[in-house]
Amino acid sequence: MERSVSAVQPMLQARGLSKRFGEHEVLKGIDLSIARGEVVAIIGPSGSGKSTLLRCLNLLERPDAGEIWFEGACITDPQVDVNRVRMRMGMVFQLFNLFPHLTVLHNVTLAQERVLRTPRAQAQERARELLSKVGLAAKEQAYPNSLSGGQKQRVAIARALAMKPAVMLFDEPTSALDPEMVQEVLTAMGELVDEGMTMAVVTHEMGFARRAADRVVFVDEGRIVAEAPPERFFSDANSDRVRQFLAKIPG
Amino acid sequence: MALFFGVIAGLLGGLARVSPPAPLRAMAAAYVSVIRGTPFIVQLFFVYYAFPQLGVQVPPMVAAVGCLAVYSGAYQTEIVRGAIESIERGQVEAARSLGLTAAQAMRYVVLPQAFLRMLPPLGNEFVALTKNSALVSLVTVQELLLSAQLIISATFQNFAIYLTIGIMYYIMTTVVSTGTQLLERRLKVYV
Ligand SMILES: Nc1ncnc2c1ncn2[C@@H]1O[C@H](COP(=O)(O)OP(=O)(O)O)[C@@H](O)[C@H]1O
Ligand SMILES: [Mg+2]
Repeated sequence: MERSVSAVQPMLQARGLSKRFGEHEVLKGIDLSIARGEVVAIIGPSGSGKSTLLRCLNLLERPDAGEIWFEGACITDPQVDVNRVRMRMGMVFQLFNLFPHLTVLHNVTLAQERVLRTPRAQAQERARELLSKVGLAAKEQAYPNSLSGGQKQRVAIARALAMKPAVMLFDEPTSALDPEMVQEVLTAMGELVDEGMTMAVVTHEMGFARRAADRVVFVDEGRIVAEAPPERFFSDANSDRVRQFLAKIPG
Repeated sequence: MALFFGVIAGLLGGLARVSPPAPLRAMAAAYVSVIRGTPFIVQLFFVYYAFPQLGVQVPPMVAAVGCLAVYSGAYQTEIVRGAIESIERGQVEAARSLGLTAAQAMRYVVLPQAFLRMLPPLGNEFVALTKNSALVSLVTVQELLLSAQLIISATFQNFAIYLTIGIMYYIMTTVVSTGTQLLERRLKVYV
């Protein structure tokens, strides 16, 4: 598995990112840089701010301080059109968030048609391509509620990929799944990794982090407290806090 | 016809209630508050008898349809708003994360789902609307029967009386509805 990771200019970079909800300071100055083609696994205890970090990266949440740079531009600049930024970043949610009133196919074509203005036939062609890539070609006319969790998440991945994003953000994509369905989603994600997709993955799947990530980032109470390539991260060179956390996670 | 205009008023009102500009939200809230806080019969009499005194002549048919639509629209505004707010936040977030604008997310993702949830309460509202239309015809008939003289002699006080009654009702219902809203907010915390 050979991947080229460009160190010249980061694809996505957070500088001194802070976010508070009322009195509660959730992110306390996050610096994180993701290179083109790099896969970063973000781990940490529940409530530490991992989701908020991802949601700030694509501006679903407005950071209170700090900057985000994406493809060479500062996207926290108020002048920037957030919709243009977001269509270049795919996001996959813990609870899938498929559109239940649309067929699987339509879930994958909606944004292509409405945002990219892709003609319907072409959007459908791309959707079918992506659906067969995640093994769901047969389900294109099904509605999301008739699918299993693993299938839903694979549709969600196809939906995000349809926009040809430069970066994919995953927020605990397997945490809401029954154990037997985790693997099919990780497999689909692994294929993306092999294709050289730039990815930030919040996950509790240490096996995936070990195998697929170029770097593991440990977030605790709104700060990045440890950061290392997986082989080093999972070896001994870590603080008590990280070891405590890893000890509680199976695998 | 009142049904049709009522639905339009409800949709516009409901969208205004959840729209970003605060003045628009406030206007829609005031509309709902005033119309729901006063009895329909008072609104109707107000338009029938008090408007002419202000120099505005409203043909009975227009007044009837208008009153019904405005009245029903206020209730439908709340139905529409409730349905829109009942759609999970994740739906809008997923739509926005794909690059859809807020308006597109509303149009293609939220409203189609909200519409399904609106249907049962809208059904109830249509029944109520139909009942109220009986009231309208009663007043219209009555108006036809009453001589012009009678109206003229009465209108001098009508305006003040109906307005006073309306305001009193409004204050009472506002107190009650504010009370229940507070209660609702309290209860929601424990859900
Ligand atoms: N929209 C919000 N409003 C208020 N508090 C929030 C909001 N989103 C997250 N939080 C709080 O921020 C903290 C971090 O949340 P989150 O980023 O979801 O953590 P994680 O994903 O690491 O579990 C939590 O304490 C959570 O309650
Ligand atoms: Mg989270």
